[in-house]
Amino acid sequence: MDPMEIALQLQTAFPDEVRKIDEFRGQVSVTVRKNRIRDIMSRLWAEPEYYFDFLEDLCGADYLGKKEPRFEVVYNLHSMKHSHKIRIRAEVSETDCFIDSVTTVWAGANWHERECYDLFGIQFIGHPDHRRILLPEDWEGHPLRKDYPVKSDLGEHEWPGFKAVVETSKRNRRYEVR
Amino acid sequence: MPLETTESKTTEMTVNLGPQHPATHGVLRLVLDLNGETVVKCTPHVGYLHRGIEKIGETKTYTAALPLTDRLDYVSSMTNNVAYSLAVERLFGIEAPPRAKYIRTIMSEMSRISSHILWIATHALDIGAMTVFLYSFREREKLLDLFEMTCGARLTVAYPRIGGVRCDVGPEFLRQLRDFTDEFPRRVREYETLIDQNRIWLQRTKGIGFLSAEDAINWGVTGPTLRGSGPCYDVRKDRPYDAYADVDFDVPVGAAGDLYDRYRCRMEELLQSNRIIRQCLDKLPDGPILAPDAPDLALPYDAPKKKIFETSLDHASIAFSHERDFFPAGEIYSAIEAPKGELGFYIISDGNTRPYRMRVRSPSFIHVSVLPKLCEGHLVADVIANIGTIDVVLGECDR
Repeated sequence: MDPMEIALQLQTAFPDEVRKIDEFRGQVSVTVRKNRIRDIMSRLWAEPEYYFDFLEDLCGADYLGKKEPRFEVVYNLHSMKHSHKIRIRAEVSETDCFIDSVTTVWAGANWHERECYDLFGIQFIGHPDHRRILLPEDWEGHPLRKDYPVKSDLGEHEWPGFKAVVETSKRNRRYEVR
Repeated sequence: MPLETTESKTTEMTVNLGPQHPATHGVLRLVLDLNGETVVKCTPHVGYLHRGIEKIGETKTYTAALPLTDRLDYVSSMTNNVAYSLAVERLFGIEAPPRAKYIRTIMSEMSRISSHILWIATHALDIGAMTVFLYSFREREKLLDLFEMTCGARLTVAYPRIGGVRCDVGPEFLRQLRDFTDEFPRRVREYETLIDQNRIWLQRTKGIGFLSAEDAINWGVTGPTLRGSGPCYDVRKDRPYDAYADVDFDVPVGAAGDLYDRYRCRMEELLQSNRIIRQCLDKLPDGPILAPDAPDLALPYDAPKKKIFETSLDHASIAFSHERDFFPAGEIYSAIEAPKGELGFYIISDGNTRPYRMRVRSPSFIHVSVLPKLCEGHLVADVIANIGTIDVVLGECDR
């Protein structure tokens, strides 16, 4: 099926949810509200005509100061059977920084959602194992947010694990061969 | 006197595997809850190699972000570069010239062969067949020498560029590569004689690490790990890029979805890759290797030289010395078939010289997340075999 056709059908099925349909270089993305994201995804998965059985990618995006709501969770879907694609972008605001988990639809969403939580701080409601994944458990902040510095001297706020490494290296300096 | 029978109590034991363990192929840590020799629960911990490549990518220009992608799957950096270049090309709406496309296809397939060879070497070593390692590194060495001959680097090549490749291949390269392809199928047979009928190999791979086709798709598994379970999904066939539409090749699939089928898939892929390289060598067209409108670090072909020397030493002005508007605002998801599976780049552009968001969809990340499913309920000895069969590189998993 043509992805544009799927997007328009989705708009008729969920008129209150679909905000916008974009097309760029032949890729169609549908911007939706986050409230019924699981219904939308279940429909895209279950409908035999769509049959998006493969969640290619799930990631976050931060549009700080560019648009409101600030965050988006982006789902890139692919159908192995029909070989068509669509992109769903769910808007998440900074104040209500949570969205329903889609792990019940695609098991593979599990780690993607953990990563999105780790790096953007978006909570996934109903996730079976909601923990940080790439960064240590006691890390402060969410690095892929646009207001997180790429490089800076954190001083007292430095991650304790790193401070311990620096301390050890200072202590071991006396064993250096001169 | 009757023997007193005491009821034996079993308690679960927690074993920590890794992160420094030779069989984890990098720094993967697994926490295993064991009941006797059976794995009850397996919890992977990743992130030891997290370098924030996505964050750094946002601070670099499109051309300067390319070498970062080398550091993802460092055993096949050619395919990473191709994936990134293709994504940016599609975003900018430029197309590489035919010769560059063919060269990139050749390099991708050489990369696939060297990656699969490394896989069979280490996987066999992990489950007890040492000899294959020594044989297969002989062929990998040849391929790395060929990479070195073309671009001066063996692992982190940064050879494909946005809109083409960095430099042309020489006649000596083509001659040696042809010699390699003549010899290679015989070498693959050699590996097979070592392990294919080996009783220990068969017992350690047949019926182990089962993954059904539905589960594999639902978990988002791609590449040979998926194809070993049956589904015939290959990005090279599904949405051909570069020169894959012009060459003839088969996509091997398995049926049982166990370790042995995945191994067979990868062995067949070695031969298919060899076939693709031969066809590309026969058809290799002449012409430029870089698109005229490519935003490359090499000086663009039609750029007036004088103008470039007059401009300041600002990177952006050298790299983008054209007046054409290169930076459309938009977003693109573009994927290729890397040796490990589907490697995708999702790039959001806001019309600036730097990507607003650079997301890497890495196959290894997904494959590690499937490990608990493969390991739980099986013997602890098979954990190592399962880590091998999903073919992970932790640099790509942690990014």
